[in-house]
Amino acid sequence: MTARALISVPPKTKRGEVVEIKALISHPMESGYRVGPNGTRIPRDIIREFACTYNGEEIFRAELSPAIAANPFLSFCTIATESGTLAFRWSGDNGFAATETAEITVE
Amino acid sequence: MQEAIRAIIGEAELRQGKVALDIPSLVENGNAVPLSVSVDSPMSPADHVKAIHVVNEKNPQPRVISVALGPRAGRARLATRIKLADSQKIVAVAEMSDGSFWSASADVIVTLAACVEDLQ
Repeated sequence: MTARALISVPPKTKRGEVVEIKALISHPMESGYRVGPNGTRIPRDIIREFACTYNGEEIFRAELSPAIAANPFLSFCTIATESGTLAFRWSGDNGFAATETAEITVE
Repeated sequence: MQEAIRAIIGEAELRQGKVALDIPSLVENGNAVPLSVSVDSPMSPADHVKAIHVVNEKNPQPRVISVALGPRAGRARLATRIKLADSQKIVAVAEMSDGSFWSASADVIVTLAACVEDLQ
């Protein structure tokens, strides 16, 4: 199953401006604390880590826990320094890995 | 929760202030509660926020999220959605580049808790 990711980055911005980046990915974030119909615990299946790089340099990293809601949403800020690529990476339990990129144009 | 905070700050002193924690005080559904944290900081190479941690009182695990950021963030702000297993206190801790720790807390009342609803 491939996870669907949604990224929101202002496509055009001025140099030096602080821009808000929003990243959402489809994932159940099963906490490992819920009990299924047969009385056994549903095993944990979460995204543990998220990182964002801006032209190769890491600008934001997050360690997630089971307390993050399903379909994890993260919003953070960065300074628009130059045009280029924002790369997003999620990784987690059961070998989960997903990447997404977004272009940013700085005038 | 106190132990989790101690694990983050070590021997340092935790001071109130600089941090703004925004979370609804009454939530109907604990499965997705919007939370945002912003920290008052110039975010310059000499004086910036290195990390923001969120901990809770009554979920099965005290840690909610830890993020690392730096001067390139421009503004120290984080927003996400969290699960709450019960009405409880949430604490946000900001780690500054000078090694100081600042915090803010909020009490949340949850009417429908996350985690308790089993799949029947």
